[in-house]
Amino acid sequence: MLPNLNNLPVYDTTGVDERIARFCSRSIKSSSKKEGLKLAISMIDLTTLEGKDTRGKVQQLCYKAMHPHDLLRDIPKVAAICVYPSFVSIAKKALEGSGIHVASVATAFPSGQSALEVKLLDTKSAADQGADEIDMVISRGEFLAGNYQYVFDEIATIKEACGKAHLKVILETGELDTLDNVRKASEIAMYAGADFIKTSTGKVQPAATLQVTYVMLDAIKDFFIKTGKMIGMKPAGGISTSKIALQYLVMLNEVLGEKWMNKNFFRFGASSLLNDILMQLVKAETGMYQSSNYFSKD
Amino acid sequence: MSRLDINKTYKLYIGGKFPRTESGRYYAVKNSKDNLVANICLASRKDFRNTVVAARKAQTAWANTTALNKGQVLYRIAEMLEGRKEQFIAELIAQGESAKAAQKEVNRSIDRLVYYAGWSDKYQQLFSTVNPVSSQHFNFSNVEPVGVVSIIAGENQSLLGLISLIAPAIVGGNTVIVLASESKPLTAISLAEVLNSSDVPGGVVNILTGKKDELFSHMASHMDVNSIIYCGDDEKMTKSISEFASNNIKRTVFFKKNDWYNEQNESPYIIEKTLELKTTWHPTGI
Repeated sequence: MLPNLNNLPVYDTTGVDERIARFCSRSIKSSSKKEGLKLAISMIDLTTLEGKDTRGKVQQLCYKAMHPHDLLRDIPKVAAICVYPSFVSIAKKALEGSGIHVASVATAFPSGQSALEVKLLDTKSAADQGADEIDMVISRGEFLAGNYQYVFDEIATIKEACGKAHLKVILETGELDTLDNVRKASEIAMYAGADFIKTSTGKVQPAATLQVTYVMLDAIKDFFIKTGKMIGMKPAGGISTSKIALQYLVMLNEVLGEKWMNKNFFRFGASSLLNDILMQLVKAETGMYQSSNYFSKD
Repeated sequence: MSRLDINKTYKLYIGGKFPRTESGRYYAVKNSKDNLVANICLASRKDFRNTVVAARKAQTAWANTTALNKGQVLYRIAEMLEGRKEQFIAELIAQGESAKAAQKEVNRSIDRLVYYAGWSDKYQQLFSTVNPVSSQHFNFSNVEPVGVVSIIAGENQSLLGLISLIAPAIVGGNTVIVLASESKPLTAISLAEVLNSSDVPGGVVNILTGKKDELFSHMASHMDVNSIIYCGDDEKMTKSISEFASNNIKRTVFFKKNDWYNEQNESPYIIEKTLELKTTWHPTGI
């Protein structure tokens, strides 16, 4: 049932900024940095969501997901591959036996501007082809018009269509304007049955920021206190450096705690982050700053 | 009424901006009478790392700038330097030069820029070749910039030495990261101000100040740097730079005990030091 959205906490941007500045000032060096970076790799949803995607590109990305780097030792696999529905079966086949999940965007990604029947079909088709996770977008237009019940019902219906697949709900925070709206949308998504809430499609700027992620983590915490249910978090879009990834992990640890510090409850939606982390790890190993020329592009 | 001195804050020059070092550190530069001349940013390896990103980002566009345009930009630097002669002379004097020597050095520096500006559309003809081969191919080699160049400047003739290294490297289409003379860094940062007002795109020339001992290994080992130029006589450092450079087969260039007035230091062959040849086999007669 749609929760009461009138008594939600109100976010003061200056306060949020100050809290975030503290997360960013934590000093994480040497061995803890290495462990943090490896943890970050294990949380990546390695993503390709472009009109120009091909079978070959998806297959290559799947290979990269299974073998991020051939020389570095103890590098974990990424958590999942995130693709358009048309590539689900190809990715599924390429990743067979690896334990890496296939996530598919659905519901007329990225705009979500289609009839509900089309969105349901989109979702079912992805799930039938074997997607382990479905990344849906909410109807931002309806949300901004105040039609919260519509948004809630839509998410709940899609959740049903997912079957066994996990549902990640993309709020597209870049279009929600205020932190209070982000909080409101998070509540709606969680009560409607989301397994994960996700910041962005990556197609709208600004995409993931520490600010909106903080608000969403805060919502997850309150939801856990009220219901005892743990919801996952996925910031996506624009997280391309190791330094920023570590800042997200610090925030995750300090807001939600250790129980959330694994791929079941936290993901990075990213494409170039993996190479940046690998470059950092090779730098830590060899002492030499690295060049992207020596790392596979996809 | 007497006025308080308004002294310049000497900062770094990275990607067309003047940041302070991320480390917050500085070192004091003193003259021969042990008086403080200025406090100078002590750049860290992280400043260097950030600089490589800026230099890499600027490189392709700069290499693709037409020869005519590159020449104009170099000539523009000379013009701007001409207009600020007095400042550079004063700084050289503050760093211990005589007034006469300072004047001579600034003049020669300006002339050297004009010299390399002139070469911008000519060195290609000198170094590119058409090669005879005994197969059905038209075989030719042309020159391209190596890419991003680290430069560790020497301790003598701080302005002329710097220009004699930067000008040939950038006229060849490279972008450069310079570690200025440790004992005489003032003119390097003032040169950055000149560059910044001379149509040199941000990131093409980047200038750091700091300690060689701390930075040379990173300048020589960074995998995204394509060439390193070292001016100095330290044998151990020279050997160490060569070893680090071997990891990604960086081009190494060494200048020992150098007098920058020497005419050998005004030559298209200095441009060639940071160029590489690309040879193409083009099938013919088919």
